[in-house]
Amino acid sequence: MILAVAWRNIWRNKTRSLVILIAICLGLASGIFYMAFYKGMVVQRINTAIKTEASHIQVHHKEYLNNPDKKFVISNTDSTVQIIRSNEHVKAISSRVIINTMAQSAKTGTGVKITGINPEDEKQVTNLSTKLIEGTYFEEVKRNPIVIGEELANKLNVKLKSKVVVTLQDMQGNLTGAAFKVEGIFRTSNTAFDKASVFVRKSDISRIMQLDNQASHEIAILLDNNENLASTNTSLTEELSTLDVKTWREIMPEVSLVESSFGITMFVFIGIILLALLFGIINTMLMAVLERKKELGMLMAVGLNKTRVFTMILLETVMLSLVGGLFGIALGWLLTFYFGYQGIDLGTWSTAYESMGFDTLVYTQLPFYVSMQIALMVIVTGIIAAIYPATKALKLKPAEAIRIDL
Amino acid sequence: MNVIEVKDLKKVYNSTEVKVNALNGIDLTIEKGEFTAIVGPSGSGKTTFLNMLGGLDSPTSGDINIGGTEIGKLSSSKLIDFRLQNIGFVFQAYNLIPVLTALENVEFIMQMQGVDKKQRQQRAKDLLIQVGLGDRINSRPSKLSGGQQQRVAVARALASKPTFVLADEPTANLDSKSTENLLSMMEELNKQEKITFIFSTHDQRVVNKAHRVITLEDGKIISDDRKNE
Repeated sequence: MILAVAWRNIWRNKTRSLVILIAICLGLASGIFYMAFYKGMVVQRINTAIKTEASHIQVHHKEYLNNPDKKFVISNTDSTVQIIRSNEHVKAISSRVIINTMAQSAKTGTGVKITGINPEDEKQVTNLSTKLIEGTYFEEVKRNPIVIGEELANKLNVKLKSKVVVTLQDMQGNLTGAAFKVEGIFRTSNTAFDKASVFVRKSDISRIMQLDNQASHEIAILLDNNENLASTNTSLTEELSTLDVKTWREIMPEVSLVESSFGITMFVFIGIILLALLFGIINTMLMAVLERKKELGMLMAVGLNKTRVFTMILLETVMLSLVGGLFGIALGWLLTFYFGYQGIDLGTWSTAYESMGFDTLVYTQLPFYVSMQIALMVIVTGIIAAIYPATKALKLKPAEAIRIDL
Repeated sequence: MNVIEVKDLKKVYNSTEVKVNALNGIDLTIEKGEFTAIVGPSGSGKTTFLNMLGGLDSPTSGDINIGGTEIGKLSSSKLIDFRLQNIGFVFQAYNLIPVLTALENVEFIMQMQGVDKKQRQQRAKDLLIQVGLGDRINSRPSKLSGGQQQRVAVARALASKPTFVLADEPTANLDSKSTENLLSMMEELNKQEKITFIFSTHDQRVVNKAHRVITLEDGKIISDDRKNE
């Protein structure tokens, strides 16, 4: 019955309770929405990192990542791919030849990273083919096609069918070069990537470099699910002991950091909101206790012991906080669902976001367990908020409290 | 059978630099089934004495024995439990929990005592019928008149099957008709069920009904009159 008393007490002063309930509700809803927005951005950044840039796992020569020299190749690509393919979680594989060099147009030149790919394999691993804004993906140009980023195209001042000349050293150290014809122009959400990446056929670049067709600098692997990243990485590391096997987390630690710091960011952010609300709750409950001195005195006189008085005020505070909290969580989720479906367009700030590799259309999302964590935090806040008002109540002397003139 | 035995009860307040002797050696015996009024002017020690009898305050010296228990020696938590089990309270006002119905208010005490739900609901209903509120059991206090609220308070006080009922100015806020009804009801309970009532009051109507009138002045009993029924 103490539970019923506590619950009904909340609604004795409806206006006062509603004010604090609305404050809790709006505070938490905005907190949750912000976290969902942040999570949405992080997830999209990770998806971009996996789908466009790093894939799930990459295999290199042991020296290659420390010193990306053309001579550090995986020499037996086919047999390595065979071993990788036998892993149950591997969905697609793309072997690449990579070289950092100069690209020149009729007007100007710039440093680029040339990635030689097997177009069909690459299509299975990355979504480059879907990012084209002009031209085609290794379909029309028969001789030396090249697909480049929009930013780079602007910088080199080239269009479709324009010529781009790359100059490089072959495996023997001789200076050589070749002309490529622009077949496609792509745009990803990462302008830094678009400014420096070009894609050609692996067979073309290998021929120009006089590189054996079994040699690759990088094998990119797409898994069925990011959940299987660690286990697959472990087994591939064992199977390919002479090579360097790394996950996207190791290749792009900055993206991984954003992901791993989500939990603590959320905890701190929601914690700050709840801290501010804590004082509002204490104030409400203190008023509730002080205006009920006579009633509390009467209850203590007739035999309600201290534990029960404390429990009653604690329950009242926790329920008050939780009602506001649950409405807040519900409202926060409603906003998250809506903008998870509609997306939030940050087009106005696209330059800033895209330069850091973030999409400008953010789809909010939040794992369900987060609402459980937040509900738990609200309960803890309620308990903390109850302590001071409850202590005040416990200090009442029943004989005096009954006779107080309010 | 003695319900209350008070021996040489003294209470000294040291709240200021001046000592106040609120109670100056009170000796009193109250038997089961008495219908007693304690009267006296303001400052006579009436309230202090009532607090002592109700276990709401502890004496400076002397003994209070209620139903065989020396309550002056109980720790504060034991005293709370003692009040719950042994003393029924009816105050001047604020007797009831406003958010509970009449029935729930009466049940509340029994729940604290650990009486099971079915039993306490039945007893609460019976008591409310007994005090004449059988048709208002589901009303909250705000929907009841002052007199009806005091009747619920009496039912609540009786619910715990106390050794005695302590009523502190129970009629102070009531009109004469409600006072008359409430007093008659309590007198009836006293006669039929031998429930011991102790009133503190200024109200002459209560004094008139009482079977024994104890008058306090300067912390002492100056008269103790028993009326022949």
